Amino acid sequence: MNWDWSVVEDFMPSFWDGVLVTLQALALGSLIAFALGLVWAMAQRSHRKWISWPVTAVTEFIRNTPLLVQLFFLFYVVPTFGPSMSPLVTGVIGLGLHYSTYTAEVYRAGIDGVPVGQWEAATALSLPRRRTWTSVILPQAIRRVIPALGNYVVAMLKDSPMIAVIGAFEMLGEARAFSNLTFTFEAYTVVGIAFILIAYPASLLLRALERRLAQ
Amino acid sequence: MPSENTPSPAGTPAESTETRAAGAELIRFERVSKRFGDNVVLDNLEFSVDAGKHVTLIGPSGSGKTTILRLLMTLLKPDEGEIVVDGDHLFHERRGDKLVPAGERHVREVRKKIGMVFQQFNLFPNMRVLRNITEAPVHVLGMPKDEAEQRARELLDLVGLTEHMDKYPVQLSGGQQQRVAIARALAMRPQVLLLDEVTSALDPELVAGVLDVLRDIAHTTDITMLCVTHEMGFARDISDTVLMFNEGRVIESGSPEKMFNDPDNERTREFLSAVL
Repeated sequence: MNWDWSVVEDFMPSFWDGVLVTLQALALGSLIAFALGLVWAMAQRSHRKWISWPVTAVTEFIRNTPLLVQLFFLFYVVPTFGPSMSPLVTGVIGLGLHYSTYTAEVYRAGIDGVPVGQWEAATALSLPRRRTWTSVILPQAIRRVIPALGNYVVAMLKDSPMIAVIGAFEMLGEARAFSNLTFTFEAYTVVGIAFILIAYPASLLLRALERRLAQ
Repeated sequence: MPSENTPSPAGTPAESTETRAAGAELIRFERVSKRFGDNVVLDNLEFSVDAGKHVTLIGPSGSGKTTILRLLMTLLKPDEGEIVVDGDHLFHERRGDKLVPAGERHVREVRKKIGMVFQQFNLFPNMRVLRNITEAPVHVLGMPKDEAEQRARELLDLVGLTEHMDKYPVQLSGGQQQRVAIARALAMRPQVLLLDEVTSALDPELVAGVLDVLRDIAHTTDITMLCVTHEMGFARDISDTVLMFNEGRVIESGSPEKMFNDPDNERTREFLSAVL
């Protein structure tokens, strides 16, 4: 095997395109996962069965089917009866939706971890239910689950190449297209290194955050 | 029934504290029973507390004292019976000529008259001291923020913690946290203050500071107090009436002098000789 730096150089323009798509998918997917997960977690705690039950069923279904299947479904099946979306938008929604079912569990653990005395104090002060959530329970719950949420961002980063199958060419998709065209292999190595360069510092950051929040 | 003299137009529930005639019945337990599984904690309990009185509940652990406070605070629901607060049923409301289980709004209105201080303080750790105190007045009573903060400062002055108002609870000692919790409860201008073993979780050297604050409140305000405590000296100082509980029932009640010096009931005597 010969390593050719000029191949790496040729790959760079499409590599940066891929990096951009990866980071967009990751950022927007995380936003969806964080927001939707919280909605799921709170809906599952609802006393109204007609809210909690369907939400539980849907999140269990999503969590227990492969992301790849969900991406194909969103990209090929949904447009037959609903909106058709660009590959990147579909990928973002797919990643966000899939991971929201995991973040929902994280939020649930965080909410359960808030001492019952906090609910009791809120009741004793007659705080309205919504206010109890927004100013007492969630600030405490979310603080303690930030590291766990962060772990899912790293996991999502590692799952992001899947969106290439529906045509959203992130880093790996670009590398594959480039390599097939040029009969070279350097691009894959570059992408592998790029993943480490993003994921490892992120993990370190999370660990530091975890230590800080534990104090 | 004292209910006719308690018009409560929205937004001014605080006013009723001042207008309430001292001596009228403020709290009544009507044949209240509470069970946890097979364990009967309260058994057809009947007792009442007049406005402005300070009542201390004593008795062995497991005798149902804390359950009484938690029922009044609606942290628990009775299995049978009803609690009447200032003429209103706590767990039922009148709809037409029928009594139906109380809705959230009714419970909230009645409950506003009651404040509680917990054994474990239960301050909100994500808020600074000042906001712990202003949160409910602003978002429950609709008090303007300036006014709520002004009042919070006065209360912090009362409990001797003015210089700590910008700290988070975790930066305070247990005794200081409990004094903030007292200020937080008082900020709602409740007619009744429930004190649930408020010094039990404190290091011994911090107990006196908290009890001094409560003595001060008991002697300078007309607030009604219902107090579960193991501090018999404190109970003797502030109480008008002491109720002795055993196995979910009041077995004896009387003035602190009578109860602590010459109780009639054998069980009371045994209990007091064990704790005094």
